[in-house]
Amino acid sequence: MRTSRKFLILTPYLWLGLFFLVPFLIVIKIALSDSVTASPPYAPTFSLDEGLAGLRASFAQLDFENFLWLAEDGIYLKAYFNSVKVAAIATLLTLLIGYPVAYAMAKAPRDWRKTLLLLVILPFWTSFLIRIYAWIGILKNEGFLNLTLMKLGIIDQPLAIMHTELAVYIGIVYSYLPFMILPLYASLERIDGKLLEAAEDLGCGAFAAFRQITLPLSLPGVVAGCFLVFIPAIGEFVIPDLLGGSGTLMIGKTLWLEFFSNRDWGVAAAVAIVLLTILIVPIVLFQRHQQKHQEELG
Amino acid sequence: MIRRFNMFNLTSLTFGLAFLYLPLLLVVIYSFNDSRLVTVWGGFSTKWYGIVLNNDAYLEAAWITLRIAFVSATLATVLGTLSAVVMVRAGSFPGRTLFSGMIFAPLVMPEVVTGLSLLLLFVAIGLDRGFWTITIAHATFAMCYASVVISSRLASFDRSLEDAALDLGCTPLSAFRQVTLPVIAPAVISAWLLSFTLSLDDLVIATFTSGPGSTTLPVKLYSSVRLGVSPEINALSTMLIGIVTFGVIAASLINRRQERRQKQENRAAAAAA
Repeated sequence: MRTSRKFLILTPYLWLGLFFLVPFLIVIKIALSDSVTASPPYAPTFSLDEGLAGLRASFAQLDFENFLWLAEDGIYLKAYFNSVKVAAIATLLTLLIGYPVAYAMAKAPRDWRKTLLLLVILPFWTSFLIRIYAWIGILKNEGFLNLTLMKLGIIDQPLAIMHTELAVYIGIVYSYLPFMILPLYASLERIDGKLLEAAEDLGCGAFAAFRQITLPLSLPGVVAGCFLVFIPAIGEFVIPDLLGGSGTLMIGKTLWLEFFSNRDWGVAAAVAIVLLTILIVPIVLFQRHQQKHQEELG
Repeated sequence: MIRRFNMFNLTSLTFGLAFLYLPLLLVVIYSFNDSRLVTVWGGFSTKWYGIVLNNDAYLEAAWITLRIAFVSATLATVLGTLSAVVMVRAGSFPGRTLFSGMIFAPLVMPEVVTGLSLLLLFVAIGLDRGFWTITIAHATFAMCYASVVISSRLASFDRSLEDAALDLGCTPLSAFRQVTLPVIAPAVISAWLLSFTLSLDDLVIATFTSGPGSTTLPVKLYSSVRLGVSPEINALSTMLIGIVTFGVIAASLINRRQERRQKQENRAAAAAA
């Protein structure tokens, strides 16, 4: 009994320790190491071979050169700010589009709802890359949207949407819409119809009832949905890379370029650390919110 | 919710679903386009499918991707089940907070960071990048999703059934196998399917952890997509969309049938009592 319990706990524990915790510590270590042109392209700051004295010497050697570099070069700061800005605006847009859809789903006849849920989830199961690829065909200069609009005579010059920030917004809204709709739907569906009937009986208009009852009661879903879009959008790589232009700086893309194009592992690791530090605040807030919400329900 | 489904609701549903489906539908339609110019319709043709199916690079990548997805999903499900049991059943043990942190963190970690950190680990321990490094990477982040899915089922499961089995002389392992596992089986299957799809779909982590000769389909697709839209990619995408659609609809039908059967059984049991 004892040994089997130990085995039960240790197996996933060791796996996560080795493949999650240790890699994470290595990132920190490399972020604090000097970059060199070699393979692998960094000078290790710690080496465990020299024992405790060696370790102490290594600690003395630690430097924040990579982080200073990030702070001095304006391009990184810009990329961080821009990621937060793009993620925030895209989250707001997703909410504005997702809310009416989730609202309609919650109001739909009961036997439609399972099918509607399936329809909202289905695109989420198809490859992310294909979903972004689909938008390249629509948005590019000689793409579907421009050709259609030109044929209809609405525009005579193709709209330059591809390789702009607008294309990135469209990509994020499209890819993360299910993450917004699902928690919204869950909280809207739970609202007691009697409250709305009571409001109506007491002379409340439809819009006022929505503003005073439905909206406040759906807030937990709004918050959860926003976090579920905002958090992954900040570190997004594929969307800004494929839909955005060279002017669309986002931090996931910066990390990628730093690693694969500039081969500067130290700076890439430092970028990763700063990215995680930025994410800690929304993640902790999200977890608090979820816990509070769970307690209220339970 | 008060049920008065009006025009406004119908319109938002229609627009919402059109927004979700039109882009994919266009890819499907243009995959049957005879013309190489992707947005000019040149008549119906299935020739691009033939070209994709004769492209060895795509086929090889697809085969590697499927193998990785199968092995990593299986590993992730086993590890995820163990973690779920630990989280829900093991009570307190030293390092429990760290453990739940390690289960939760990969869910919110940006893919670029996960990919980078695993690559740095593999370089540090001198493991050659290829099939196994991608598989380990996928198993690691998928096990966290699997654990969340299985935990929620396990938490709602009546523990007294397990206790009864133990009282009747079952060993913990056989009680788990004969009592707990059948009850949480639907969650275990969902967890496997989720892990499988996550692995099939992953580009970023696979790019970091793949080596020469182990290009997965998304990595291959990504390098083609960067060169622009092409009818071959449309055809390949259509095949993938078709497979996923079939899989998801089949899974949901099976699920519904099971639910119905469960309800009938419950009703029969209630009637008998």
